Amino acid sequence: MSYQSPDILSANAKKILNDYIHNVDNLKPKDRLKIPLQEMPAQAPYERAHNIEEVAIGYTMEEARVEALRCLECVKQPCVDGCPVKIDISGFIKHIAYGEFQSAVDVIKEASLLPSICGRVCPQESQCQLTCAVGKAMKDIDQSVAIGRLERFAADWERDQGTVKIPEVKPETGKKVAIVGSGPAGLVVAADVRREGHDVTIFEAFHKLGGVMRYGIPEFRLPNSIVDEEIDTLIKMGVKIQKNFVVGRTRKLTDLIEKDGFDAVFVGTGAGLPLFMGIEGENLVGVFSANEYLTRANLMRAFDKKNSDTPIYPSKIVAVLGGGNVAMDAARMALRLGAEKVYVVYRRTEVEMPARREEVLHAKEEGIEFHFLENAKRILGDEKGRVRAMECLRYELGEPDASGRRRPVVIEGSEFTIDVDTVIVAIGNGSNPLIHQTTPDLETNKWGNIVVDEKQKSSMDKIFAGGDIVLGAATVILAMGEGRKAAASINEMLAKELVN
Amino acid sequence: MAKILLKKQLSENVYKMKLEAPLIAEERQAGQFIILQIDEDLGERIPLTIADADKNEGSITIIFQVVGLTTDELSKLNVGDDIPVLVGPLGNPTHIKNYGTVVCVGGGIGVAPLHPIAQALKEAGNHVITIIGARNKELVIMEDEMKKIADEFILCTDDGSYGRKALVTEPLKEICERENKPDMAIAIGPPIMMKFCAETTRPYNVYTEVSLNTIMVDGTGMCGGCRVNVGGKVKFVCVDGPEFDGHLVDFDNMMARLHSYDDIEHEKHACYIDSLANQKILEMNEVKK
Ligand SMILES: Cc1cc2nc3c(=O)[nH]c(=O)nc-3n(C[C@H](O)[C@H](O)[C@H](O)COP(=O)(O)OP(=O)(O)OC[C@H]3O[C@@H](n4cnc5c(N)ncnc54)[C@H](O)[C@@H]3O)c2cc1C
Ligand SMILES: Cc1cc2nc3c(=O)[nH]c(=O)nc-3n(C[C@H](O)[C@H](O)[C@H](O)COP(=O)(O)OP(=O)(O)OC[C@H]3O[C@@H](n4cnc5c(N)ncnc54)[C@H](O)[C@@H]3O)c2cc1C
Ligand code: SF4
Ligand code: SF4
Ligand code: FES
Repeated sequence: MSYQSPDILSANAKKILNDYIHNVDNLKPKDRLKIPLQEMPAQAPYERAHNIEEVAIGYTMEEARVEALRCLECVKQPCVDGCPVKIDISGFIKHIAYGEFQSAVDVIKEASLLPSICGRVCPQESQCQLTCAVGKAMKDIDQSVAIGRLERFAADWERDQGTVKIPEVKPETGKKVAIVGSGPAGLVVAADVRREGHDVTIFEAFHKLGGVMRYGIPEFRLPNSIVDEEIDTLIKMGVKIQKNFVVGRTRKLTDLIEKDGFDAVFVGTGAGLPLFMGIEGENLVGVFSANEYLTRANLMRAFDKKNSDTPIYPSKIVAVLGGGNVAMDAARMALRLGAEKVYVVYRRTEVEMPARREEVLHAKEEGIEFHFLENAKRILGDEKGRVRAMECLRYELGEPDASGRRRPVVIEGSEFTIDVDTVIVAIGNGSNPLIHQTTPDLETNKWGNIVVDEKQKSSMDKIFAGGDIVLGAATVILAMGEGRKAAASINEMLAKELVN
Repeated sequence: MAKILLKKQLSENVYKMKLEAPLIAEERQAGQFIILQIDEDLGERIPLTIADADKNEGSITIIFQVVGLTTDELSKLNVGDDIPVLVGPLGNPTHIKNYGTVVCVGGGIGVAPLHPIAQALKEAGNHVITIIGARNKELVIMEDEMKKIADEFILCTDDGSYGRKALVTEPLKEICERENKPDMAIAIGPPIMMKFCAETTRPYNVYTEVSLNTIMVDGTGMCGGCRVNVGGKVKFVCVDGPEFDGHLVDFDNMMARLHSYDDIEHEKHACYIDSLANQKILEMNEVKK
């Protein structure tokens, strides 16, 4: 799809809704399949490439209702199979179709605590929308019902109304629960455990809460104000917050239990430790991990060059290595920080890219250049130790590997050089060793991820874990799902202790 | 949030501050550092070594040199002011044991982080030889404190305005040449000084630990901004260090990386100084009125 302005999209939706509104109850599947997919209104590509505001603007009421009419209300709801937290998808979509937005939100919130976030960042095309019957019928996943956009619409509508309810908290039980890390996993545990009346404290290493949602995913994709509101809700529920507190260093994990009297601890410290490629020139000035680049830009607000004390490297030509969401975010951020040219260098092809489809499309519209089937061999520096160029190799696709994706095979002798002054490495994260180093009894696997049972309980008494520190680099919704499971286990354990 | 309990100027550009930080005071060990921020929203995170701590009082001491924007702003704060972000203790503690004879070499502001380490080494039963160096007499800090714990004490200045006229590497070399060469050396100071200390001890095979002061953002292993090349491997100073075998560190690369942001930093600092000057002029005009 080429870019269409929000005004055009909105006018089209109004017209369509007018045509169907009187007949909503009698729509046949074949009528519904005729309704065109409602594109997400977005800022114009040229404009947004130079500001930090959110790219996707969100559906209007009419767009949401038209899109909702495309849902076939399947009895078996194959979409729900694809959703890690099992939202009653056709249930909430039906409410949207009838304009009953509050009811829609209520349905969503039975299963998901952070819908305005998941609606924005879930990789829907590989989850709920992958299995949607409409996409199947049209033989094109991109034509599936835009479940994520509808979820976002409903959640945003509620926030705009100011009707967000603070969840009820049961009477105090006197039990204390510590949450380590304030990413999506930790926030969800905090909410679910606090509801049962337990005393909850979140410990966060940084000076701001939200984990990757704050320092990784940029403002133009997930505005900070949304994360702030979720945290506000927790504070109103009586959750306590200790920022600038590195568990393992400021206090040992076991001391939280033994000295500070916590009855349970949830560890949600995320993936952490950026991986590098191990190639020549990787420590040159001008080579960054995506984590560092994005943290400087987002958390430390270096995009606000005038006012922030934290510097960001002045880049003209940037190469980003990798093909996931992190690579897309780094590339698009580099553009917004003033780079003239940004390349994404990925050793497979577009089909294999793990990034969300929408981000890839947006990046292309903004002018990011994709170099598929290429990879860095070494980075070349000038006499001052700064990046001046990158030597690359070409690849072709070979046999499928264990993950089912065709393996990239290097083409010998295909070296070529491109001029760049900045290289951002976005090839993934290993697990952060801090907790493990300082809590040697906690069982981890060979990648350093904490080992848990089906109830998210670790090898140590009273200690639970979930999110990226267990799964390796995963997604917001999976982290949330693990958080909900862990909270249920913690609540169950504490309830038993209270009876005895 | 940490309240400033005490502030003292040690030399033209060096300040000492005591901060209220009971949790950090309780846990910290020699060799560890903190990260602080003067403004929660727009401030930069800078690492500073914990020079001393008092568990009973719940305080830690930092000693810092004004080199740029954040250290300048920090030096303008006063007793009773709050530092909004203070996190620590970070990094691995120094491995303290009885090595036998240890040479502790401190250059400039590096004497501050060296002090708690020298103290701990002394307490562990080592024979401690201390060399401290500075460009000139005005820049010598913590002479008395270092003297107190040293079995042998050598002070040098580059210009000879105080103590011996020499770079710290000269006495270090002499000590390595002694019949009983030292069992270990530890050098903390500007990167160039650490580099040459490591070069000095290399031919004598004296294991030399250095404490690296790379650029940092988070200090917890998340960003990789602090990475250095040690023995051909990538190490993160904040979680693998800050202390490393000086004979294995690629100092040239580290120094280049330290200067990544020089131009921007200088510009930001210049703006800050200008704004202070403007403020002064405004205030003076106010007084005139
Ligand atoms: C740039 C980027 C883009 C992404 N885009 C998407 C996307 O579009 N869609 C999607 O679904 N997923 C995306 N992800 C992945 C997703 O953000 C993560 O899977 C998710 O945030 C993991 O949640 P978590 O709660 O496990 O940990 P995190 O979000 O990593 O949070 C962990 C928190 O713990 C804190 N912490 C760590 N150690 C300690 C300690 N010792 N003591 C105290 N606190 C500590 C950290 O500071 C952090 O705040 C992206 C990730 C990145 C980096
Ligand atoms: C583990 C560790 C412990 C440290 N302990 C002390 C200490 O006890 N006392 C002390 O005075 N300093 C210490 N430093 C150095 C201190 O962090 C820097 O001086 C400070 O960050 C400079 O910030 P600025 O904004 O004032 O200067 P900037 O404007 O940021 O920089 C001015 C100059 O300092 C250099 N610089 C920038 N950032 C750093 C950095 N993070 N580390 C080193 N040099 C830098 C730049 O090359 C530049 O030339 C330590 C650094 C580390 C990593
Ligand atoms: S939470 Fe994610 S996967 Fe589930 S319905 Fe919403 S967008 Fe789809
Ligand atoms: S599979 Fe698609 S069409 Fe069917 S209920 Fe789910 S969203 Fe609606
Ligand atoms: S400071 Fe970020 S990894 Fe060390």
